[in-house]
Amino acid sequence: MLANYGYKDASGDFFITIDTDKCNGCSECVSACPMSCFEVLDEDPNDPLREDPVAIVSPVKKKSLKYECGPCKPTADPSPLPCVQACPRQAVSHSW
Amino acid sequence: MTEETKQEFWRWTESNYRNPDLDWNSAKHITVGVDVGSVSSQAVIMADGAVLAYGNMRTGADSPNSARNALKYALDAIGDMPEERMDYCIGTGYGRVNVPFADRSITEIACHARGANFIYGPQVRTVLDVGGQDIKAIQCDERGKVTHFLMNDKCAAGTGRGMEVFADLLGVPIQKVGDRSFDYKGEEPEAVSSTCVVYAKSEATGLLRKGWSKEQVLAAYCKAMAERIYALIERVGVKAEFAVTGGMAKNRGVMDRVMPMVGLDRMQTDYDTQIAGAAGAALFGYALCQKGKGRKK
Repeated sequence: MLANYGYKDASGDFFITIDTDKCNGCSECVSACPMSCFEVLDEDPNDPLREDPVAIVSPVKKKSLKYECGPCKPTADPSPLPCVQACPRQAVSHSW
Repeated sequence: MTEETKQEFWRWTESNYRNPDLDWNSAKHITVGVDVGSVSSQAVIMADGAVLAYGNMRTGADSPNSARNALKYALDAIGDMPEERMDYCIGTGYGRVNVPFADRSITEIACHARGANFIYGPQVRTVLDVGGQDIKAIQCDERGKVTHFLMNDKCAAGTGRGMEVFADLLGVPIQKVGDRSFDYKGEEPEAVSSTCVVYAKSEATGLLRKGWSKEQVLAAYCKAMAERIYALIERVGVKAEFAVTGGMAKNRGVMDRVMPMVGLDRMQTDYDTQIAGAAGAALFGYALCQKGKGRKK
C-alpha cells in the first residue's frame, strides 16, 4: 500500500509516502529522522488484517510536515534526506 | 422580550433504517461498526455480514455520547434486540478512540475502502470520501484492501462542513444546494478564488453585494470545491470504477462538477452513502469473528 501522510494547502503538497509493501518495520527511519517524524507500529492501522510491523508518520507531525522537514530541505545545496537514505528498502519518499 | 428564532439551513436529516428481510435471532454473528466523524456519526449493525440496521446522526461536542446515541438510534430501528446481543464492535472515524463500548478501533481509511467495496460492489477501485471535515482519496483492490491512499485532514476546505456554512450564509437548505446551484441559467461562473471556508465566505458575501444571485454564488462555490477535491484525487490517480462515499455524495452540485474532470461516471447505490465507514467497520468485525478473533466470552 502507498500510504500518503501529510496535507495539501495553499502553499503546496506536503506528503511523505511510505510503501508498506516494501516496509518491514525495521525502524531505521525512526532513528534517522532528526525531528522524530516516524513511528513503527506492530500493526498497520490502515490494513487491520495484516500482522507485520510497519512505519507510519507520527500523527502529531503529519499536519506540520512542511515545517518539520524544513531543516533537512534547505533551498541551497540540499543534501540527500536522512530518512530516504536510511531506509534499506527504498520505502520512503517525499512529494516536495 | 421576544427571542429570535431562525431556520437552520445547514441541518440535514438524521435517519435510521432496518432491513425487514433479516432476522437477528437466527444470525450467528452480530457485529457493529460505529463511525464517529467530525460532523456525523453512524452505527451499522450487521447480521453475518449483511446490513440489519443503521442509524445516522449529527455528532455533538461529545464523541462518547454521539457514539452511544447513534447505536441507540440503530437499535431503535430494530426495536427488540438487546445491546448485549452484539458480538463485536469496532469504532472508526475521528472519534474512534472515544467509543466506550468498542472492542477495538480501525482507521477510517481501511473502513471506507471496505465499506465502499460492500456498498458499491467489488468492481470499485477508486473511492472518494468527502466527509464533514476531511477528504480521502483511496485506491483499493477487489477485496476492498487499500492499495494507495491520501487523506487531507488539515483543512476543511472542500468538505461537508464548508457546504453547511454556505447553506447557512445563503439561506438555502443543505439538501437543495446541489439542485439550486444548477438553477443559474447564465454562463457557469468562475470558481470562488479561495477554497478556505472562511475566505470563501467573505468572498461570497462580496459577490452577493455585487448583485450575484444565490444560485450563481452556489455554482461558484460548488465549482471551487470540485476543483479542490479533484486536485487530491489527481495525486492518487483514478482507476475505474469510481465511487463516492460520505455526505457530499448526496450533493449533485459538487459531484456533477467533479465527475467531468475525473472523466468517469460515478457508481450509484441504494444505500445511504454516509454509512460506508461504519459498514466497513462492521465488516471487519465480522471478518475477525469468523477468524475466531472476536470477543472472548
